[in-house]
Amino acid sequence: MAEEPKPPAAAGHAEPAKPKPAAADAAGHPWVASIRAALPDAVVAAKEFAGQITVTVAREQIAAVARHLKEKEDFGYCVDVTAVDWKKREPRFDVVYHFYSFSKNDRIRVKCGAAEGEAVPSIANVYLAANWSERETWDMFGIRFSGHPDLRRILTWEGFHGHPLRKDFPLEGIDTGAAIYPEEWPEGGGPSPTDPNRKVVS
Amino acid sequence: MSDEKISQAERDEAAHFASRAAAAGVARPLAGKGDTPASSSAEPPTLFDVQEMELNFGPQHPSTHGVLRIVLKVDGEKILQAIPDVGYLHRGTEKLFETETYPMGIPHTDRMDYVAAATNNHAFCLAVEKLLDVEVPRRAQLIRVILDELQRLSSHLVWLGTSGIDLGAVTPFWYAFREREQILDFFEEYCGARLTLNCMRIGGLPFDLTTGWIERLFEFVDDLPARIDDYEQLLTDNRIWKKRTVGIGVLTAAECIEWGLTGPIIRASGVEWDLRRAQPYECYDELDFVVPVRQNGDTYDRYVVRVQEMRQSVRIIRQCLERIEAGDIRGKVPRVIKPPAEEIYASVESPKGELGFYCVSNGTNRPYRMHCRPPSFINLQALPKLAKGHLISDLVALIGTIDIVLGEVDR
Amino acid sequence: MTAAKVLTPTVLTYIKVVLIVAVVPAIVGFVVVLAERRLMGFMQVRLGPNRVGPKGTLQGLADLVKLVTKEDVTPARAEKLVHFLAPVLAVIPALTALAVIPMGPSVRLARHVSTPLYVADINIGLLFLLAITSIGVYGIILGGWASNNKYSLLGGLRSAAQLVSYEVPMGLSLVAVLLMTRSLSLVEIVQRQDRLHLWFIFPGLLSFFLYFVSGVAETNRNPFDLPEAESELVSGFNTEYSGVKFAFFFLGEYAAMIIISCVAVTVFFGGWLPPFPHVRALSFLHFIPPFVWFLGKVGVFLFTYIWFRSTFPRYRFDQLMALGWKTMIPLALGNIVVVAVAILATPNRTTGLVRLGWIYGALFVVLFLLAKLRQALTRRDRLEAVPASARRTA
Repeated sequence: MAEEPKPPAAAGHAEPAKPKPAAADAAGHPWVASIRAALPDAVVAAKEFAGQITVTVAREQIAAVARHLKEKEDFGYCVDVTAVDWKKREPRFDVVYHFYSFSKNDRIRVKCGAAEGEAVPSIANVYLAANWSERETWDMFGIRFSGHPDLRRILTWEGFHGHPLRKDFPLEGIDTGAAIYPEEWPEGGGPSPTDPNRKVVS
Repeated sequence: MSDEKISQAERDEAAHFASRAAAAGVARPLAGKGDTPASSSAEPPTLFDVQEMELNFGPQHPSTHGVLRIVLKVDGEKILQAIPDVGYLHRGTEKLFETETYPMGIPHTDRMDYVAAATNNHAFCLAVEKLLDVEVPRRAQLIRVILDELQRLSSHLVWLGTSGIDLGAVTPFWYAFREREQILDFFEEYCGARLTLNCMRIGGLPFDLTTGWIERLFEFVDDLPARIDDYEQLLTDNRIWKKRTVGIGVLTAAECIEWGLTGPIIRASGVEWDLRRAQPYECYDELDFVVPVRQNGDTYDRYVVRVQEMRQSVRIIRQCLERIEAGDIRGKVPRVIKPPAEEIYASVESPKGELGFYCVSNGTNRPYRMHCRPPSFINLQALPKLAKGHLISDLVALIGTIDIVLGEVDR
Repeated sequence: MTAAKVLTPTVLTYIKVVLIVAVVPAIVGFVVVLAERRLMGFMQVRLGPNRVGPKGTLQGLADLVKLVTKEDVTPARAEKLVHFLAPVLAVIPALTALAVIPMGPSVRLARHVSTPLYVADINIGLLFLLAITSIGVYGIILGGWASNNKYSLLGGLRSAAQLVSYEVPMGLSLVAVLLMTRSLSLVEIVQRQDRLHLWFIFPGLLSFFLYFVSGVAETNRNPFDLPEAESELVSGFNTEYSGVKFAFFFLGEYAAMIIISCVAVTVFFGGWLPPFPHVRALSFLHFIPPFVWFLGKVGVFLFTYIWFRSTFPRYRFDQLMALGWKTMIPLALGNIVVVAVAILATPNRTTGLVRLGWIYGALFVVLFLLAKLRQALTRRDRLEAVPASARRTA
């Protein structure tokens, strides 16, 4: 017979005793210095938080930065490409890249800002793994990647209007105008099964 | 073979039926009524010309991998091009994360990789715990590792069974699911759910273990190596199995790194990289286990690596059960979780590869952006490269060997 | 009206024919299908059908009722006549072939009335069997073509290619047995095994393996069931068939299984003979009627069919064809030469065969042990991926 599970201990209202971790500037970090040495005006800012380095670079230089990281700093593995929509900020989007190095056994995060309508150079030619991630970012945010071999929507369907992960896209969705079989399922949904006037499609 | 007397109404009807047929997963012929043939020369194609046919490996097919559509261009049996079309299971999970508080997001992660829900929960909780800098107590760490490894066993058992059935070996499926039933019983006893577990909380665990759970789990993992021997006896040295898997879908180590493939795929290609070893989380750094590595990178090697991983999971569970001690199951976490306005990336080694969460917080109790890096999504990118040149019969083996779960691919 | 006047040989023949046509489908439907499902279930740690009737014994009846009462769907633009004929063409050759299979010696029904347990003893029995089962291929091709479905057609053609390819090693392996028996008549073959005190499995071990594997391929069974398993796209030539027509295809497949098993028993395992018939100590085995011996041996082979289905993965189509053409045909040809040499090189025919039997037996044991050794070595190599300290999971 199972005893009653004990209530979680100390899940109460106590605030953590030690101070929260704070972000620190990482301008002097060797990786950042190496990027700055190779591409002088690429790095805009660098930050460190909880042991993870974040480098903000200029949008036009992102492909060059990626190539530098891959070839010179041995960040051979592109973990992820995604974006964040800062609605009221200029530039609106942050395109975020994560890279991992096997020899260093560590990751680096590279960000670049992209305004509405601006295209970001694609790194799909540098890292093959970024192909679908960039397609997903285009699909979800509407950020174009110039030079991408096949920039199509991936998670939504062709004909979908709008970019779902933008902050102004409502959670309930919008009428995307891509009705399928409109003669059977009109906009707003089909008829109720108990409606005697419904058209029966056999 | 174009017929000039086709009326516009017939053209529309043909187009309508063609679109419905395409949606229903039936092949479109190369030159249908109303199409103009690509080459307007009058010579018929010879036997040696490549006759390209486009097929739909439709969203529903007998392999139990979920709703995945692959558009195949084939020449007879040989695949010229395989283009996956995903998104059938897209549910907007990342958008939902932004509208709910942090603890409310954990059940959503269950539904992503629904075969290995505990690792999803774990990755999510790790990300938030890193933001908050919360320490998870030792007992909770050990139990988390046990749940993770049980989940790895469960996921690999599903993979083994379905891979076997796809290639015609019907029996390992039943054996694997017999073991999996027992694992799911353990989960049900612990957190009440078999599949969508919601079994971790930020800072620790929701519940403590019930009486006898540890003893029964000990018995179970003592039995398991013999059962894994059963599966191996049916498949590993079977000549037909080897013929179907050796040399199929070969990936070199460089290709794996280039394509961002992780998990058993990269380990079967010779790179000994496992997040549990390279960047240990919870208490993995003190556990004694081996990361199985093979050199050839074909489907057979990925099979062997996963079976060896099952054996190593058994070892890990046993070690954790031996070390388990009394203690708290949740660390000191504030009542309302409001991480500092920073961003973090945390990842775990899920059965399918590196599962990571990238979390951007704006200081409120809801994430501003919570992005999941799903291993199945990234691994599936390599399918066109893998499938090219193989036969249609091999495509099923390849989908099985990449081990995708569509919930994770589409989120 | 004595029994002898009523039960003339002609009447007896008709009765036997009716029994074959009526009883065999019943046995197939009730016993073989149920046995397959139950046995596969047991091998897969589950129970098979056990609801309908005691221990599921009436499952065949339930399936029969379901199939017969199902709507008979014919595709709109299919060739109606051919679509109707194809399952018939698949079933009739299989049932016809049962006519020449001897299930026992003469039994005495009444005073002056005795009849052998076969319909006809044709002196080209084996050839007749091979020819008749070849006609079954037509049923599959026409079934695939008549469905007006591209994938059915491809599945049917694939299946036909497989069947035609595997008829060659099947025939060649039986040629080697012919050299031993000097007769194509199946009754003769069994009687010869009786006279020689030698079942032809002994010198014909390789022939038997070739024959049985070809037989499994002939009936589209696992591991050669690519054309009919859910494949990658559709389920082959019998996609568009439902109801009674599907039942006929199904019946044809199982009847062909029975034919292959019966021929294997007759040619290699002594037909209705009990084992060691001339050993004094085992004469109690003669109390079991020969018919029961025959059925028992056929049952063992049917069990082996079911066993194969549970155990093996499926061959890919090109590997299947390569196996048939590149491996089995050369082996079959070589086997013919070896058997011929064994017969001609010794003064006494039987001695040669016995010696060949010992040689083949020893070869088989040696190869088996070598395979086990290789398996153990590869297992050790595979575990090399894991260091010695971690090889045990404890």
